Amino acid sequence: MKTEDATVIEHQSIMGGYSLLVMRAPGVAPFVQPGQFVHMKVPHLGESVLRRPFSVFRTESDTLSVLYKNVGKGTRTLQFLRPGESVSIVGPLGNGFPVPDTKKIPVIVAGGYGMAALYLTARTSVVKGVAFFGGRTAQDILCVSEFQALGWDVRVTTEDGSLGTKGRVIAALDPWIAKNDFSGKSGPEFFACGPNGMLKAVAERALAMNWAAWVSLDNNMGCGVGACLTCVVKLKADNPQGWEWTRSCREGPVFDSRDVLWDGVS
Amino acid sequence: MSTTRPDLGVNIAGIRMKNPVMTASGTFGYGPEYADLVDLNKLGALVVKGICLHPTYGNNTPRTFETASGLINAIGLPGPGVEGFIKKYVPYLRNYDLPVIVNIWGKTIEEYAEVAARFDAVDEVAGLEVNLSCPNVKEGSALFGTDLDMFRRCLDAVRPKTKKPLIPKLAPNVSDIKVFAKAAEDCGANAISLINSMPAMAVDIETRKPRIANITGGLTGPAIKPIAVRLVWQAAQAVKIPVIGMGGIYSAADAMEFFLVGASAIAIGTANFTNPDTIVNVIAGIEDYLVRHQAKCIGDVVGKFGK
Repeated sequence: MKTEDATVIEHQSIMGGYSLLVMRAPGVAPFVQPGQFVHMKVPHLGESVLRRPFSVFRTESDTLSVLYKNVGKGTRTLQFLRPGESVSIVGPLGNGFPVPDTKKIPVIVAGGYGMAALYLTARTSVVKGVAFFGGRTAQDILCVSEFQALGWDVRVTTEDGSLGTKGRVIAALDPWIAKNDFSGKSGPEFFACGPNGMLKAVAERALAMNWAAWVSLDNNMGCGVGACLTCVVKLKADNPQGWEWTRSCREGPVFDSRDVLWDGVS
Repeated sequence: MSTTRPDLGVNIAGIRMKNPVMTASGTFGYGPEYADLVDLNKLGALVVKGICLHPTYGNNTPRTFETASGLINAIGLPGPGVEGFIKKYVPYLRNYDLPVIVNIWGKTIEEYAEVAARFDAVDEVAGLEVNLSCPNVKEGSALFGTDLDMFRRCLDAVRPKTKKPLIPKLAPNVSDIKVFAKAAEDCGANAISLINSMPAMAVDIETRKPRIANITGGLTGPAIKPIAVRLVWQAAQAVKIPVIGMGGIYSAADAMEFFLVGASAIAIGTANFTNPDTIVNVIAGIEDYLVRHQAKCIGDVVGKFGK
């Protein structure tokens, strides 16, 4: 990890309040592993004391991009960033997704812009599997063609039915699980990022069948490097209380779903 | 202009430091967290996160909330305990040419004394900062910082347990900081540090719930700097022992305010989160200031406010 002044190359709004920010960051970009994040000092954000964490969407040689939604003060201000401007990032940070097991069927489950944290896994995975994308409306379904171009079978759900299957992402995942016969095979391996309710649902299905599921948790962060202990989540542990606070920024944001105590996820 | 560079070295309570810039407890972990981003050998001293007798878990989440020019936190002092710290971090810190000051706390006066006694036997520990003012632990700590009798009793119990330099950390929310500063000196403290975070809270008006699980927390960051400067100024006038100033320092200019009102060293806290380069930038900026003001060492400007 290092601190670097990245240069904005491209910054465009996509739709539905989403934006794509591409930066040149030769000290950080080449070292990013799938599922890792960068901690960004949003310029022009007054005397804001905290950086903001963003999953790395894509990397191409010395550039990296983040895909974000305008959800608060930080991302609202970030939208004013223009090509040529400098932005301080710390990264790459965190423990990302493992390399998919080639003996299993990789299954990506993404809610909204959660897919941004999964593109690099989709790209590096030797086996191309099934990707379930869920969102509230068609506007929340991003980058389908990018995942298809990598060879993934993308299944879309929207809560209002404006695109793909109507319902939540699990409404498409469950029938897919039901109609596949995994007996005698090593089964699917899940890679998930999105709202906690969705991650928990994926984790429950994996746990019931003893399948592997890796979940990327989205927590408020402070320092991003493991010092402040803001972003802790409860992971099962071999101690008297049965769990311990674990840092999303260091040991996570990606965890083995079997280790997560979901009542400790805020 | 003189060609010789000013000497940034200081001696605080017998602890020799390359420069007067330290980390503020709780904002820099135990060292390794920031080691990829900051050359630890450049620090004046490392002050680690608070350690008590046994491992502790800390508060529920959410633990922090960003406010205008500040950050409210109620982490609740999770930590590995004395033995955990010695086992896990002391061997690592031995690799650096760096005084390590351990911030200690307890739930009772006896625990404070016991922790001090344990660390007295650890050669790698240069000094002990006594956390008498964490606002976020239900038992002990906060009360020890604001009740003068408890404050004295705690230091009276700790002092005989260690020969290492003792640095009580003072709470900002007292009616007269001079009284606490003087009490620390009378109890045998070798230096004092201030300020700890300022008790604070924030409310989510839509859910009508507190922004942090502990309801109240401690405010840090630029928002508290002017409060800290005043308190350091008052405390420095009340004692002869060195004062370590902290509270919202983001730049060398901020640091110089603290030196001018009487701090002999300063600590960087929340600014580490904002920009991990802050410490290195502040050290360089202090040197530049000393050059511009034809000062040979930091001692030439300490307490020179109004002079």
